[in-house]
Amino acid sequence: MAKTKTWIEPHPGGIYVKPADLWIDPSRPVERAAVTHGHADHARSGHGAVFATPETLAIMALRYGVDAEASHNQAYEYGDGFERGGVRFSFHPAGHVLGSAQILMEYRGERIVVTGDYKRRADPTCTPFEVVPCDIFVTEATFGLPVFRHPPTGDEIAKLIGAVRAEPDRSVLVGAYALGKAQRVIAELRRAGWQAPIYIHGALEKMCQLYAVHGVDLGELRLVSETDKAEMAGQIVLAPPSALNDRWSRRLPDPVTAMASGWMRVRQRARQRMVELPLVISDHADWDELTATIGEVNPKESWITHGSEDGLLRWCELTQRKARALHLVGRDLEEEA
Amino acid sequence: MKRFAALIDRLIYTRSRNSKLALIVDYLRHTPDPDRGWAIAAMTESLDFPAVKAGTVRALLATRVDEELFRLSRHFVGDTAETAALLWPDAPGKKADLGVSEAVDALAAAGRSDAPAVVASLLDRLDADGRYALLKLALGGMRVGVSARLAKQAFAQAFGVPVDDVEELWHAIPPPYAPLFAWGEGRAERPDLADVAFFRPFMLAHPLEEESVDLADYAAEWKWDGIRVQIVRAGSGGGGETRIYSRGGEEISAAFPELVAAFDQDAVIDGELLVRGEVQGGEAASFNALQQRLGRKVVSKKMLADYPAFVRVYDLLAVDGNDLRALSWTERRRQLEAFVPRLADSHFDLSQVIEATDFGDLAERRAGARDAAIEGVMLKRRDAPYVAGRRAGLWYKWKRDPLVADCVMMYAQRGNGRRASFYSDYTFGCWSDAGELLPVGKAYSGFTDEELKWLDKFVRDNTLNRFGPVREVEKSLVLEVAFDSIHASKRHKSGLAMRFPRISRIRRDKPAEEADRIATLRAMVT
Repeated sequence: MAKTKTWIEPHPGGIYVKPADLWIDPSRPVERAAVTHGHADHARSGHGAVFATPETLAIMALRYGVDAEASHNQAYEYGDGFERGGVRFSFHPAGHVLGSAQILMEYRGERIVVTGDYKRRADPTCTPFEVVPCDIFVTEATFGLPVFRHPPTGDEIAKLIGAVRAEPDRSVLVGAYALGKAQRVIAELRRAGWQAPIYIHGALEKMCQLYAVHGVDLGELRLVSETDKAEMAGQIVLAPPSALNDRWSRRLPDPVTAMASGWMRVRQRARQRMVELPLVISDHADWDELTATIGEVNPKESWITHGSEDGLLRWCELTQRKARALHLVGRDLEEEA
Repeated sequence: MKRFAALIDRLIYTRSRNSKLALIVDYLRHTPDPDRGWAIAAMTESLDFPAVKAGTVRALLATRVDEELFRLSRHFVGDTAETAALLWPDAPGKKADLGVSEAVDALAAAGRSDAPAVVASLLDRLDADGRYALLKLALGGMRVGVSARLAKQAFAQAFGVPVDDVEELWHAIPPPYAPLFAWGEGRAERPDLADVAFFRPFMLAHPLEEESVDLADYAAEWKWDGIRVQIVRAGSGGGGETRIYSRGGEEISAAFPELVAAFDQDAVIDGELLVRGEVQGGEAASFNALQQRLGRKVVSKKMLADYPAFVRVYDLLAVDGNDLRALSWTERRRQLEAFVPRLADSHFDLSQVIEATDFGDLAERRAGARDAAIEGVMLKRRDAPYVAGRRAGLWYKWKRDPLVADCVMMYAQRGNGRRASFYSDYTFGCWSDAGELLPVGKAYSGFTDEELKWLDKFVRDNTLNRFGPVREVEKSLVLEVAFDSIHASKRHKSGLAMRFPRISRIRRDKPAEEADRIATLRAMVT
């Protein structure tokens, strides 16, 4: 078996795969990048060649102007992959957002999985996470503390619908990250039977269209900018978190400010964001999902990339699992969790 | 507990004062006694369960959750009660709701030995939100933005009674305030307070912003640096009872038994509680000395001997059964001067009026005052009655200009509560003669939100070492620190301790080598 240390190098700016001369989720432009998913702390512009799922490439084309059609950029469906420098790369569902993938690397009998970001619970907008057995499991730890236990998504959606119905003269404005969270909240609302048009901020429009093109039905969406204020009373409006306390929200009828994020579990965090209706809905694994996943994958060693790595490291210590923290930089997109 | 938990959750997320008011009004109208009384007492920090403290909860959690994971979680969440509420494992099975008064009774009956078991059995009956409400109720520190004033207004609004009456009755009746609710709902007469040593809300001052005031209209007094107290004795003959209240209406009689014993007149006074310092030849000592006496439930003989307390009397609110508050300051002062000799001079003296010829003279005397116990000057309108709260134009406080020093940031720590994600507490130091940077103090205020963001980023970008929640930073940032006074102290290696230090400016322009020296600070010691 290959000696891990000789072929894969964690750097603050990403993970370098030496025999393939390729980076995973690099934070600066490189010659060759394999990208787990489209969020800005993992995907960026300026790479020579990008290897990713078709959905991730489409998202990168939309957000960062990456040319998805260019021949040097390669798209791989889940389960597919490529070989370079003796390393076999393949993409496997991570359940985080549309197109999100874990990347499995096999080299001289050793298997390493880099999860990117992931979650385990059901999400109508993306393919569910798959357990991929490996020797080294490189996992995220955004919610790597036992205080983070996301309640059932259905309960939070019911809370949102209840709040709209309780005050029919007001709209409920939900802050939700533009890629993934917004579409998931919309899809969950549809699943719960909310059939009215959902009103969106202009910044969400293109990504919602991209999801629809990839087969995620979001129902009727209307742009706030093209709607009379009065029409939005008793309705649900979605906007990126940055717009919540912005002047933009003045065009809504006396909005109740809500926010969909795993951070909303902590009251003072919600207060900092001036949120009146916290919705604990996250695209990241909570504590129970993180620990259960390490248990199921059962790797020889876990590498913890970003988030509350101290908490997950401690759990590994308590359960006598080998683990280390990687201290990658720039991996705290607080808005997105 | 469900209704109460829902109420405090709504209050946490509700920003407008009027909306908070509406939520409490609704709760008071629709919740039965005694739950509503206990709930409002909990929100205004009027409950205390001596056997149940944060340490009890931490120890209890250690039996269910790994201590290191608790510690990491606590640092992230910034609040012990919330951390514990989130970490406590859900007990299996469906539970009947736990009443607020049932919880209060159980907590009040708990002794030190069975407190952990009592708290555990209550937690097992609740979900995460209920556990949060219970722990906040038990430990205090609710932080729902409900001041005692807001609670009283809610009560007045809920039952259509005058807020001034509520204000006065509130402190005379202990939780859960059953006679107050009975009166509010018209089921009983207004409670009679003749024999109760109740608290009268303090008259407070605005900072002086005018260039000057006319001393013909305003009397000047020193503002002493102790704690403001009200001493009340009610009931005549042997049945009289004496109570000491702090500024917020909290009773602190137990910490100052010698004053309770010495105050033997049927009267209500407003004054400054100070400790006599030997170094000052029997005069008032610095606030440092007084701190030794604060917050104690039992006072040792040694404490009484080492830090003898006395009260410098400012005002007379009632005497021999007569309420003087409607009278002018001039008239109250006349009666006060006649009254003070009736008190033991070992424990009470009269706050002197400053006989300045004009405002310029007063300014000079203020600038020249070097007494450590003088915080500044008070200006009181001569024709003003004694009214609750801060009223425009009646009383002003004119604090001494703060001292300042240029210090270098050395360590930063995450804040609590709303600041849990920010490095907002800074330890800073000055240069010793040997060229070593030694800590001289710690500050967590004085900056704007924008400056806090900048400081937080500075800390993250310039971290040298991490020690749990504390980061050691590159010794490169100069902070101008303002403080009221500086004292000799064994706590810091520098031998100095600042009183009320705060960050007054961030001196990005100043090189760290040019920050002040310890010797410079030592020269400011009073």
